[in-house]
Amino acid sequence: MKLIFEKSVAGRHCDLLPKCDVEYVEVPAAFKRETAPALPELSEVDVARHYTELDHRVHGVNCGFYPLGSCTMKYNPRIDEDMAALPGFTGVHPLAPADTVKGCREVLDTAAKYLCEITGMDGMTFQPAAGAHGEFTGVLLIKQYHDKRGDKKRTKIIVPDSAHGTNPATAAMCGFEVVNIPSAPNGCVDLEALKSVLGDDTAGLMLTNPNTVGIFDENILEITRLVHEAGGLCYYDGANLNAVMGVVRPGDMGFDCIHMNLHKTFATPHGGGGPGACAVGCKEFLREFLPASVLMQGKGRLQVRAFAGNFLVVVRALTYLLTLGREGVPEAAQNAVLNANYLMQRIKGTFEPAFDRICMHEFVLDLSEFKKETGVSALDVAKSLIDYGMHPPTMYFPMIVHEALMLEPTETESKETLDWAADVFRKLYELGKTDPQYMHDAPHHAQIGRPDEVRAARQPILRWQKA
Amino acid sequence: MNYPTDLKYSKSHEWVRMEDGVAVIGISDFAQSELGDVVFINLPEVGDDTTAGEPFGDVESVKAVSDLISPVSGSVCAINEELLDAPEKLNENPYGAWIIKVENVGDQEELLDAEAYEKHCAEEKG
Amino acid sequence: MSYVPSTAEQRQEMLRTVGVQDYRGLYRDVPQQMLLDRPLDIPEGMSEFEVTRAMTAMAAKNVVFPTVLRGAGSYDHYIPAVVKSIPAKEEFLTAYTPYQAEMSQGVLQSIFEYQTMICELTGMEVSNASVYDGATAAAEAAAMCRDRKRRVTLISGAANPDVINTVRTYCYGTGDELKVVPAKDGRTDPDALRELLGDGVSAFIVQQPNFYGQLEDVEALGKLAHEAGAMYVMSCNPISLGILKTPRECGADVAVGEGQPLGMPMGFGGPYLGFMATTEKHMRKLPGRIVGETVDSKGERAYVLSLQAREQHIRREKASSNICSNEALCALTAGVYLATMGPGGLAEAAKQSMAKAHYLCSGLTAIEGVELVYKGDFFHEFVTTMPRRNEVLAELERAGILGGLPVEEGLLWCATEKVGKAELDRAIGIVKEVLAK
Repeated sequence: MKLIFEKSVAGRHCDLLPKCDVEYVEVPAAFKRETAPALPELSEVDVARHYTELDHRVHGVNCGFYPLGSCTMKYNPRIDEDMAALPGFTGVHPLAPADTVKGCREVLDTAAKYLCEITGMDGMTFQPAAGAHGEFTGVLLIKQYHDKRGDKKRTKIIVPDSAHGTNPATAAMCGFEVVNIPSAPNGCVDLEALKSVLGDDTAGLMLTNPNTVGIFDENILEITRLVHEAGGLCYYDGANLNAVMGVVRPGDMGFDCIHMNLHKTFATPHGGGGPGACAVGCKEFLREFLPASVLMQGKGRLQVRAFAGNFLVVVRALTYLLTLGREGVPEAAQNAVLNANYLMQRIKGTFEPAFDRICMHEFVLDLSEFKKETGVSALDVAKSLIDYGMHPPTMYFPMIVHEALMLEPTETESKETLDWAADVFRKLYELGKTDPQYMHDAPHHAQIGRPDEVRAARQPILRWQKA
Repeated sequence: MNYPTDLKYSKSHEWVRMEDGVAVIGISDFAQSELGDVVFINLPEVGDDTTAGEPFGDVESVKAVSDLISPVSGSVCAINEELLDAPEKLNENPYGAWIIKVENVGDQEELLDAEAYEKHCAEEKG
Repeated sequence: MSYVPSTAEQRQEMLRTVGVQDYRGLYRDVPQQMLLDRPLDIPEGMSEFEVTRAMTAMAAKNVVFPTVLRGAGSYDHYIPAVVKSIPAKEEFLTAYTPYQAEMSQGVLQSIFEYQTMICELTGMEVSNASVYDGATAAAEAAAMCRDRKRRVTLISGAANPDVINTVRTYCYGTGDELKVVPAKDGRTDPDALRELLGDGVSAFIVQQPNFYGQLEDVEALGKLAHEAGAMYVMSCNPISLGILKTPRECGADVAVGEGQPLGMPMGFGGPYLGFMATTEKHMRKLPGRIVGETVDSKGERAYVLSLQAREQHIRREKASSNICSNEALCALTAGVYLATMGPGGLAEAAKQSMAKAHYLCSGLTAIEGVELVYKGDFFHEFVTTMPRRNEVLAELERAGILGGLPVEEGLLWCATEKVGKAELDRAIGIVKEVLAK
């Protein structure tokens, strides 16, 4: 389809602003822009139709099944959108006087209180805008803690090799040396490997539990104890909190600080890549290091962005929390785990799980045998799913499993959807044996065929240019 | 897979050819095949020092990035600028497409001959 | 309510298929003493109607000012209806990051168009798909300018304090130094900048218009930075770019800024939009996602996430940034806003904001006791002295007007195209009345 610039007609425009009722001021010559930006010139109907056409070429979780592992693509309730669009929230200036923003404060305080209870933490900030940003915030708590104690030798953060890429990248952004430790064959922390790297240079450990293969690390109390004994702190990457919220609390596992992706666990929409929002929680002794905006709260603290965070996303998450309430929160987690296990059982016998045991909210299929047998790769299967209107699972992650497909159905999928999805996987398993070429060429009925990514990277075209 | 016998190889898959005291360095056929289509290369500047066993640059494919480890210590006396515009030459002709030349060669990593390197690759591939 | 669709019978059947008796069986890897043995101490779940009432009650505890004369990083511009409705569409709203290009062409193309628009606004050649906000954009720019030899970042003391403190925080993370270049008469002091520049300085960051609304002599400051071998980063108000010289024309290597004025509500501070653009030379140092054009297997034009080898999921601890989720829907919003306004509409919003701020400034400074603090050219913000400041603000508040932001020198005022002459006259009248008492 055409780009919006290719639909532009010189001289066309929307008239949306009133006439200026005061005298214009001349921009001083030294500052004045001589050539207008080449933005598209369109009528409102052109704009509406262009973006509607684009919208038809997007698959969201509210359109269909989206079992994208580690991303928790659960249904995004519409009521959350309505609440976030209330003028009483959207129309508030972040620097308005305190007595005029009591409602916003109540939203933040209430959400903080509930999330502290769910995670077993004592303090909470909503300043970070996304998960990785929350990791940065959390690891900075660890850094400040050691710094304040004058403990300058703690220069290393331990990260298992099964971790999300953001973990090591975050540790590096916080000036730490990253110590990668190998995982045990089941994806859990190898206690011996952990012990061998712990020492008085250990600043902390970053860990996801359940881990990135969807297994709860049964040694978790031992792990956090060992790290604490070495003088380090434990950071909980809350990417997989949906498996355990209301069932077991990171604070009780021995973690000192945590981040939660509100756009995963608490059902706020991903928006095609963002905005997310992140809550970072900590135990009492780290509270003094939580970030705050200079403009809102005065000097003295670090801050990771302007103002108080992605507030309107927090409104959505609070709406969701109020809807679920005390029974709904664990019910969501339990059914997320049930759905994952059910789907794994239904697929088993064709594509095989990398770990044949009860999983948490997600599981990993290992297609390496299938690939050897048929030549059909995890990528081919993923692309074939698109023809069925199913969003592919996460591919080739975690890196400790070869030909990995990672599925996270979430609790908001019905049994019928899971049965259908399992049938599709079974069909593709058969198809791979009979007609592998068809799968190499998939998708066949999508918006586009497979794109040439090599060409995109070798000869980057990153903006439209007038012919 | 091609393992020319006139070259020495490092375990991290770089090849070296000594020409009048200058080490000419590239990546092996095995390395380019494992990486897939190379889309970009980060090169040092002429005059930069290299340390044996330490990265001097990296190569990117679409879905991976790999450090280029210098097999020798010394100072960079030439870089193959052609690769900046045409990184695909690393795929097409890995032994023709040298990456850097290093002079004042000091320390060297333990280097393998073609036969030992071929064995090393076979082991790595499992 | 937990949005779980399966019925009780279905759940039992599924548990049987899995081979466990009940939910506890699913959590058998969890050390049993750790399982929460009590209900969560949060309220019972509510019906949709009850939730609506509770949330609406909270919203009602806020004051929404019909007239906003405050900016300082969050701006009350008019948001066209179509700019609200398009990003609210179910598909755009609920999609994940477009990793699967075959089902995400709509998102990818919208980002490609956004990147082009940001390049047009800034005069740059490459834009990323967004970062969290203007402050983090400045911090990411500081990081992308560093190399092994040059580690020190300079930032103008006339930049927004939240931006300065955010850059300071990121520098604290990597252990690099940030030095603040003092301001003089409300603008960056070039002599102080000259003194601080040196061999170890990687970048100088300036804000245009600056925190006080003043227009900086950005070309001269850029020359100083370049003469010392440093990169030049400009943090810009995107509305002002409808009428002000582009950062590229002013010599910037990197342009960043807060995109909130492009169709996002003030929303108590977020979600906002950090935009970042640079020259082709520095393309591969740009953090975050970037969409590129290519062709598909049939040779048709298609879009993909490109240059991914820069990013954390591939480069891990060697990535220059850990950013993953960004502000895609806000980038879409900005794209729709810019397409709706067009070059003429954007320039008009800028001109009217500037005109109204100047009208407000003349009116206020005509009052005895109220002085313009910084006398340089300004765009849509300015600082005045203000005797009995709290009384003045309280009286304005009673009239539904959010007055200027209290700063050390007095009040930092702002006007946008949304405020009409009558509102401005009323605000000026109230200030006059209070001070005449």
